[in-house]
Amino acid sequence: MAATGTMRRSFGSLAFSISKRAFSTSPSPVDANGLKSMNLFSAINHALQIALESDPRAYVFGEDVSFGGVFRCTTGLADRFGKGRVFNTPLCEQGIVGFGIGLAAMGNRAIAEIQFADYIYPAFDQIVNEAAKFRYRSGNQFNCGGLTIRAPYGAVGHGGHYHSQSPESFFCHVPGIKVVIPRSPKQAKGLLLSCIRDPNPIVFFEPKWLYRLAVEEVPEHDYMLPLSEAEVIRQGTDITLVGWGAQLAVMEQACSDAEKEGISCELIDLRTLLPWDKETVEASVRKTGRLLVSHEAPVTGGFGAEISASMVERCFLRLEAPVARVCGLDTPFPLVFEPFYMPTKNKILDAIKSTVNY
Amino acid sequence: MASSFLSSGIIQPLPLRSPDKPQPLFDHLKATSTFLGSTSKIRSVSLSKPNLPNPHRRSTVVAVSDVLKEKKTKSAASSSHLLITREEGLELYEDMVLGRAFEDMCAQMYYRGKMFGFVHLYNGQEAVSTGFIKLLKKEDCVVSTYRDHVHALSKGVPARAVMSELFGKATGCCRGQGGSMHMFSKEHNVLGGFAFIGEGIPVATGAAFTSKYKREVLKEDCDEVTLAFFGDGTCNNGQFFECLNMAALWKLPIVFVVENNLWAIGMSHLRATSDPEIWKKGPAFGMPGVHVDGMDVLKVREVAKEAIQRARRGEGPTLVECETYRFRGHSLADPDELRDPAEKAHYAARDPITALKKYIFDNKLASEAELKAIEKKIDEVVEESVEFADASPPPPRSQLLENVFADPKGFGIGPDGSYRCEDPKFTEGTAHV
Repeated sequence: MAATGTMRRSFGSLAFSISKRAFSTSPSPVDANGLKSMNLFSAINHALQIALESDPRAYVFGEDVSFGGVFRCTTGLADRFGKGRVFNTPLCEQGIVGFGIGLAAMGNRAIAEIQFADYIYPAFDQIVNEAAKFRYRSGNQFNCGGLTIRAPYGAVGHGGHYHSQSPESFFCHVPGIKVVIPRSPKQAKGLLLSCIRDPNPIVFFEPKWLYRLAVEEVPEHDYMLPLSEAEVIRQGTDITLVGWGAQLAVMEQACSDAEKEGISCELIDLRTLLPWDKETVEASVRKTGRLLVSHEAPVTGGFGAEISASMVERCFLRLEAPVARVCGLDTPFPLVFEPFYMPTKNKILDAIKSTVNY
Repeated sequence: MASSFLSSGIIQPLPLRSPDKPQPLFDHLKATSTFLGSTSKIRSVSLSKPNLPNPHRRSTVVAVSDVLKEKKTKSAASSSHLLITREEGLELYEDMVLGRAFEDMCAQMYYRGKMFGFVHLYNGQEAVSTGFIKLLKKEDCVVSTYRDHVHALSKGVPARAVMSELFGKATGCCRGQGGSMHMFSKEHNVLGGFAFIGEGIPVATGAAFTSKYKREVLKEDCDEVTLAFFGDGTCNNGQFFECLNMAALWKLPIVFVVENNLWAIGMSHLRATSDPEIWKKGPAFGMPGVHVDGMDVLKVREVAKEAIQRARRGEGPTLVECETYRFRGHSLADPDELRDPAEKAHYAARDPITALKKYIFDNKLASEAELKAIEKKIDEVVEESVEFADASPPPPRSQLLENVFADPKGFGIGPDGSYRCEDPKFTEGTAHV
């Protein structure tokens, strides 16, 4: 697979410029450690290449995937693995997921792409009522564990109502599926491969803001990262911050700023939201005594509420302050007002300070 | 005889069929009339053949053809049947030029950073919008997709309101809340603006039901019609079929207009649809299906007249497939690399504005100077709309919380006893929620 092409990094806009449809992995050389500098969509592309290579009954399908997809995650797959395995579907999300469930039920690995997480709602019925309950109600005779649904989620700076939503909390309420959200290219590749190979149906949300902006050294070989394990990405002693996806970058900045004011923050990436790693978060909260959760989705009914309730149940006497949630506002995702809606670094910083000084 | 614009009879569209079905589109139909262009396929089904060989020529289709037949005999009597009067010609021309000039200005403004987000332009498809919407009354509703600027303009929403909305300013038609993909206007009955494909069709079906209800149950004098515009990709979506069924079942006054521009972002219609001839889906649900050349505003207008009259008379829905083309990419962020340049050139040669201009000249309906004057006027309108949008203020921060619920105070009472939405910190997001 020839992988040279010029790619212009775009700042906040989705204007692509790829000459002659060349494959768009980054042109930097592979270093001696087998690491390669990649951005998020290249890492995901890599993971899909490996998944399709390693299992002859794996398929990738969705809207516009065969030319590479609107975010270029599936570039080169159709050319390499053929139209029988990487193909476009018509515009019918409900059909795409239902069809994927059928494929998975017959023992295939179906990797469905929903073009934007905002469009996943017609498929919600199939995911909740069929995918999540298939193994349960057939008494383990059938299962759709081979199904992985990938969708780009989250704000992108100018997406407006229907290209920026974070629907993860709707899915976290469904027993029977798993919800996974990576924060960076290296995590994405490992987590996606784990999701594809996990024997349960999984919804994999990819932070679209990071498709081009996040660049990291990613191992070229086949590796998997464990599901349902949170990762402590920054050690601290005064307050625990929990988040996922693109929001972690914002939280990291807030933590650095807080450090300058003498507050030592521990930052945890949940990675898998359902089923989530309560033990790691509990251990951290027992250490620090304070918890702050941050996500882009609206605060009421967001996943932060579940984390908060669970931690209060487990660590009530240890908590020094109420659990803080710095999240999106309770309005539809706005167009012009996006900067006010988002849980920004300053809002998080203010919340850190007020929690620590409670 | 009609002018050379229409006299070529059926302009053979690009093959809409898959390679395995080689029969031509109009094989068993003798197209004797150039008057109706490609709608003549419906015409030639005769009433005296009850056992029709083709299973989708049902009685509803024949009903349409009756009326069309009548029209034909009447007009054949007149020696020079022009399809439009001079005033209508100028009106159509002005509307199409407005659509084109506006969209071109949008592209400029986008690349200058004045508007942002996802903007989908309508260049090339103006004949469909003008052909249909210019036949509507103010009370009739239009439901569109994300490619909705020109539908709003044709319906009468002022260019300055649309431009401000694109810039995200408070003077926009939705107060800057929606942006490019969500043009609404209560005054002009534009029901949006839907980013999600297919979501508008059920909404249009409901709006059509209202008008039927008003007429039959409330006995009001109401013959409002709803037009639902959507693309070829949407025709594979469940919501479309559900609504075809409901509309035909309840005989709703709605016209489903398919703007088949052959591409759904990067997916060719021919490769995504089992039977690419979308008009055939109408008779399957019990309504007439018509295919028309969407690059020719006069043909579209003729079909539209009939479909809208049908709906007004209470005879139920119609599915109209307009074969058209978008000259630009799917959106301004789309590099448009996938489409064959030969295909683009083919359709560029059939630019609807150029075609109408030629018709007007050939039939001496207006002079070059008059058309130039119209173009100049439109340029000024579009420039003025940009200036207006630039000068308008952005929405105030308090607007962020408005209109989430009917009661703006719907966020409840805060810890300090006053309404949450009035706490300045609430908008800043630092209030304790």
